[in-house]
Amino acid sequence: MTTPLLENAAAAWEPPVLEPQEAAPMLPRPYVVNRVRQETSDTFTVELQSADGAKPFRFKPGQFNMLYVLGVGEIPISICGDPSRPDTLVHTTRAVGVVTRAMRRLKPGDVLGVRGPFGSAWPIEEAAGNDVVIVAGGIGLAPLRTALYNMLHERQRYGKIVLLYGTRSPNDILYRREVEKWRSHFDLEVYVTVDRASDRWRGNVGVVTSLISRAPFDPLSTVAFICGPEVMMRFAVLELQKRGVDAQNVYLSMERNMKCAVGICGHCQFGPWFVCKDGPVYRYDVIEPFFGKREV
Amino acid sequence: MSTSASHTQETAILQAEDLPRLLEALHARRYQVIGPTLSDNAVVLEEIRSVSELPVGWTDEQEGGVYRLKRREDEAYFGYGVGPRSWKQFLNPPNLRLWRARRENGNLQFMLDSQEAPKMAFLGVRPCELEAIAVQDRVFLGKGYIDPVYAERRASLLIIVVQCAQASGTCFCASMGTGPRAESGYDLALTEVIDRRTHHFLVETGSERGADLLQEIPHAPATDAQIAQAWEISRQTARQQSRTMHVEGLKELLYRSYEHPHWEEVGARCLTCGNCTMVCPTCFCMTVEDSVDLGGRNAERRRRWDSCFMMDFSYITGGSVRYSPSARYRQWLTHKLATWHDQFGVSGCVGCGRCITWCPVAIDLTEEVRAFQGKVRGSKEKTHENA
Repeated sequence: MTTPLLENAAAAWEPPVLEPQEAAPMLPRPYVVNRVRQETSDTFTVELQSADGAKPFRFKPGQFNMLYVLGVGEIPISICGDPSRPDTLVHTTRAVGVVTRAMRRLKPGDVLGVRGPFGSAWPIEEAAGNDVVIVAGGIGLAPLRTALYNMLHERQRYGKIVLLYGTRSPNDILYRREVEKWRSHFDLEVYVTVDRASDRWRGNVGVVTSLISRAPFDPLSTVAFICGPEVMMRFAVLELQKRGVDAQNVYLSMERNMKCAVGICGHCQFGPWFVCKDGPVYRYDVIEPFFGKREV
Repeated sequence: MSTSASHTQETAILQAEDLPRLLEALHARRYQVIGPTLSDNAVVLEEIRSVSELPVGWTDEQEGGVYRLKRREDEAYFGYGVGPRSWKQFLNPPNLRLWRARRENGNLQFMLDSQEAPKMAFLGVRPCELEAIAVQDRVFLGKGYIDPVYAERRASLLIIVVQCAQASGTCFCASMGTGPRAESGYDLALTEVIDRRTHHFLVETGSERGADLLQEIPHAPATDAQIAQAWEISRQTARQQSRTMHVEGLKELLYRSYEHPHWEEVGARCLTCGNCTMVCPTCFCMTVEDSVDLGGRNAERRRRWDSCFMMDFSYITGGSVRYSPSARYRQWLTHKLATWHDQFGVSGCVGCGRCITWCPVAIDLTEEVRAFQGKVRGSKEKTHENA
């Protein structure tokens, strides 16, 4: 397979231009915690509402916010709520670092700093008229849930919608009740798999990429959205290509260290891109020459 | 920014003994004048109040990993190359508070720090450094986010270039097309001419502001011979440069070379100290630091220069993306010479040679580039066409 030389890699695909909402995007605004819900043993969801009368929070599925806990620090977290309910900001994350651990301890009424939304979005408009395959690994379901909400609101615009979701164990299934509800829809194909089963698990066992080969979609008119660990995304792309899905119809969400979220701190560089503003959602054929290379 | 389209360039002669008048004129216009001065055995950039603070009669010796001050045989004001610091420290301060936050009655209040920038005049900007400022303009003022910290400082900036009259051991601006003579982008440009008979500056104006300034200081019209003499000095400086970098096709070559074995080789020498990024006049990476008082009520965020050579620079859950020294060196060099073009439309390297001089193990990017150019041209099996 030949790869085109990237004469102008960064210009090859222009992500939709989404200006930060605020005039001073480096300054957080206060948001009050409505609810903190434990999702699995190490993941939780915070629901936030503006504490200073900010306008409803408009965002696109796949975008992220910078969340700041006073005196602890700030991290990027994708927005995973329903875009048609812009009064409530919803973020799901895993408690693995100092900021996320502090966030898990928040109580209703506590105040956080929020700035955003930043970054590119899942191209749900462009996907209309096609089958849509969503491949999510672990916490990667969070940014894709927003895209799914959007598409379910306008279900008639899409062909088949397929959700392939994999987690480490049955206990790690995120949004479990919602996933079960989606699975009961007649017009939604939901397949869940786990890496390691428990005694009581009677579902599928294996990596999520193994679901791709038998998922019901028409490869010639399918758009795929992938979010999860880089290695999982790499194999998901391979499996999709084996089925005949064009690289131009595959989108994935990248993760890199972020400090400013406006493209000047340099931390989130991935090849010629700043993931905070050119990403996190990329069309696969654009980033292909860099994707999967070690330590890029 | 400091040039005006309507301005036609004038040339004049300023006698060396009248240089103090230039400083006086700048001070009278309430400029904080920043220029070269001696500190810690190096030529550094600091606020200067009189020309006696300039490194008069000094020069430097520079080689890979070597920087040494030496006496000159004359009393030249600007007879040395670029030092370890660059002008970026004044336009993008190394450590700056962005905002403060206060917790009160259960609420959180964020207060943006006002960016009261000093009105600055840079005296002694070298052509490569002028180019570096133009590169950072694209980073901080280009498309997308406009950085108010930089914008505020840049807007009132007055630039006095000093054309280089001698090359350092490590610089290679001639091959990068960034020097040794600047022809626009400044308010005033000086070429220092010193020999047994004369000590004067050929002054070129580059803006209305520069022309106005010239009117306030003693000057005489420049003869054709004096102009030719100044140009000859620049040509001579270009000829003195021993290092070169061939940039044609370099971006594409580096894009193809992500998995080239030479990265391992240079990675084995690199100490990942980050010196090159600190002295580089275009490197712009920064981090943010959050802190809070003991009572947990008052917090602040500062931004601070950062380096892509630091392990935690690329840290995400599960570890650093670029954990090996070779991957970090690859990130720096590829950014500077390849991806920078796609991000900002220019090279990130201006050929000032600082990263060579200040590398403790004398890694020379011009040599590293040649290693890729040589090997990749020479042996087809190592080209990694699919990179």
